[in-house]
Amino acid sequence: MPSSSLARGVRRIGAGTIRAVSRAGFAARFFLLVLRHSPSAFHRLQLTAREIYFAGVLSLVVIMVSGLFVGMVLGLQGYDALNKYGAGDSLGIFVGLSLVRELGPVVAGLLFASRAGSAITAEIGLMKTTEQLSAMEMMAVDPLARIVAPRFWGGVIAMPLLAALFSVMGVFGAYLVGVRLIGVDNGTFWGNMQAGIGFWPDVTNGIIKSIVFGIAVSLIAVFEGYDANPTAEGVSAATTRTVVGGSLAILALDFVLTVFMFRGLGSG
Amino acid sequence: MTDVTFGYDRRRPVLRGINMTIPRGKVVAIMGGSGCGKTTMLRLIGGQLRQQTGKVLVDGQPVKELSRDGLYALRRRIGMLFQFGALFTDMTVYENVAFPMREHTDLDETLIRDLVLMKLNAVGLRGAAQLRPAELSGGMARRVALARAIALDPMLVMYDEPFAGLDPISLGVVGQLIRTLNDALGITSVVVTHDVYESLKIVDYLYFVSEGRIISQGTPEDVRKSTDPFVRQFVDGAPDGPVPFHYPARPYADELAVRAL
Repeated sequence: MPSSSLARGVRRIGAGTIRAVSRAGFAARFFLLVLRHSPSAFHRLQLTAREIYFAGVLSLVVIMVSGLFVGMVLGLQGYDALNKYGAGDSLGIFVGLSLVRELGPVVAGLLFASRAGSAITAEIGLMKTTEQLSAMEMMAVDPLARIVAPRFWGGVIAMPLLAALFSVMGVFGAYLVGVRLIGVDNGTFWGNMQAGIGFWPDVTNGIIKSIVFGIAVSLIAVFEGYDANPTAEGVSAATTRTVVGGSLAILALDFVLTVFMFRGLGSG
Repeated sequence: MTDVTFGYDRRRPVLRGINMTIPRGKVVAIMGGSGCGKTTMLRLIGGQLRQQTGKVLVDGQPVKELSRDGLYALRRRIGMLFQFGALFTDMTVYENVAFPMREHTDLDETLIRDLVLMKLNAVGLRGAAQLRPAELSGGMARRVALARAIALDPMLVMYDEPFAGLDPISLGVVGQLIRTLNDALGITSVVVTHDVYESLKIVDYLYFVSEGRIISQGTPEDVRKSTDPFVRQFVDGAPDGPVPFHYPARPYADELAVRAL
């Protein structure tokens, strides 16, 4: 019956919407609880430092190697495109702006979601599956303060540092290709970059973006881990949701932030 | 527990009208088949779940009405051993036992070291202090978890399936530890289990739970003599009886579409 299948469809959409809204509400409440328990993450700095090591230091290889290759490709593609208009000497500013404003925070964020975000979700999810979180609660230790808040802040602090390193390696990669391989003048490459990139708005906005991405990815990672179904399948699904949700959140937030940050630049 | 009713879904209660008393200093077992609500009772006592109706009093305090701080203060006086130990996998055995002391006391490390070694010695695992949980057998993990559960000298220790998956030697060791620690430390123990044979050796009193209700209770001697069909099925390990072998289903003939000729 078409009417009954229509009713089923409407019911399914309604149930899905209610589920999504209630999950969003739970996530918002969870975020507030994490913030409420955050003082303990800073009171016991060694817990947060450990998480910065796991989320940040252990992500260094993938971030630095990716940054180097992205920079080298930018150097090649950028020089080819710019040279068509006789602007090959502008390679430095082109690469610098691309990396500092966009590619540094965005690509580092995507890599961070895949490497550190998934690890955080899997770790918390497995702790839940093996009743470690319950054991902690029964020992009168709040897992939000002891487990979640340090991982959240570890991610938030590590992310801008990783994005900065990504940009540095990218610029270095572009230098290798542009100056060393293609032969762009060394002084022009660096001089244009220094003259064309301002600390405000370019570098600052890049830092703001990476902090926002760090908050988004870390929150999604700890939330998905904490909310995971305590089964092998549940942890696997939660890890996937972290990578997919984190990546989409970065791309969407990047657009929104870019609109606000750089909207006045074109008219001037 | 007085008239306690609880359900994850209000339409399907897991526990219905539970009345239970656990006297100080005794070892009490809660027995029943898988999924009958035994672990749920422990979670109600520990305040991890809240009953819909009835009262749960621990040391005279109504668990449901306690504030977060009050509940945490109560939990500091309760130890719990989880089914598979729930040891923190990123810590050594030593750090696991030291964890509650470091979280809740200002004792200096030298004193904590002595206390941890005493607790580990009590469960026979002082020599395993520097091992990681992944290096322990199931029985050893359970004993470490027991050392951690008694780290703060609790008044009550709850054991969730402490015998599950253990070899006969480990099973005997864990059983004896529960009894010995209970008597030596003057604590009260609640053991949730379906291991009749081991329980009858160590407990003072037993409750039998089925489908969310207490259907029988008594001392080990009462249980051995009981003629209650459920208790007999449980004690004798009979595959069929009040707890049916078959999960409820349509008649077999209907399912196979068998027709009379």
